[in-house]
Amino acid sequence: MLSTKQKELIAEIWGGLTPVAEDIGADALLRMFASYPGTKTYFSHLDISPRSAHLLSHGKKIVLAIAEGAKDISQLTVTLAPLQTLHAYQLRIDPTNFKLFSHCMLVTLACHMGDDFTPVAHAAMDKYLSAFAAVLAEKYR
Amino acid sequence: MVEWTDFERATIQDIFSKMDYEVVGPAALSRCLVVYPWTQRYFGNFGNLYNAAAIMGNPNVAKHGTIILHGLDRGVKNMDNMKEIYAELSVLHSEKLHVDPDNFKLLSDCLTIVVAAQLGKAFTGEVQAAFQKFMAVVVSSLGRQYH
Repeated sequence: MLSTKQKELIAEIWGGLTPVAEDIGADALLRMFASYPGTKTYFSHLDISPRSAHLLSHGKKIVLAIAEGAKDISQLTVTLAPLQTLHAYQLRIDPTNFKLFSHCMLVTLACHMGDDFTPVAHAAMDKYLSAFAAVLAEKYR
Repeated sequence: MVEWTDFERATIQDIFSKMDYEVVGPAALSRCLVVYPWTQRYFGNFGNLYNAAAIMGNPNVAKHGTIILHGLDRGVKNMDNMKEIYAELSVLHSEKLHVDPDNFKLLSDCLTIVVAAQLGKAFTGEVQAAFQKFMAVVVSSLGRQYH
């Protein structure tokens, strides 16, 4: 489970990324589409070319949701309740894809933060994103 | 047989030709031991691995990280023949070291993150995809002689 220190570190990092949410989100999505082309199948209704309005707005939505969850990690199930329903009944994205996205988000953070993305920060972030993905998939079955 | 595009070949040669093995190797291995602590099971005789600081400063980890990274050299030089090139190392990891092949992916992911942090914006989505494809072939080759 996440320690108090890890929760503080995670909240701090996402707090700092909120102003650049669209860039971070779009970057992570583009990386995922490049490395795992199967993930593009969920976006056939959107224009996901680099810097497109759809990509930026979608990236922003995702990052803001992750940042919101980071503010009070112990309340993830409450905070994510509406998104759980959305993903389970409407989007129905196969949860393996959450892992792929999380990995690409970690790469985005590494590129963005350089040396500041220390092994300790990386470990905490990986744990948080795994927990986030698990909660998101809770209503699937 | 793996098919490589010109872009992928050029990207891999470029990344590894510019790589500082004595920095990246230790960084990748120590990161793996911190982020996935269960991987420490293979390094019982390495001394102090009690916390992140100890791991990052451990000279045995640093030395071994460099050795592991140089293991990628043969793959970089023989991209069309990786299965054969890694057969011997695969047997070593299976028969002698008894390393769970799932761990290869964990280390590979940590290496990707270290390279990403170094290259910053230059580590574009396309470069990442090429790098990950190369590492996936290395990982697969290393796991091939397990029976």
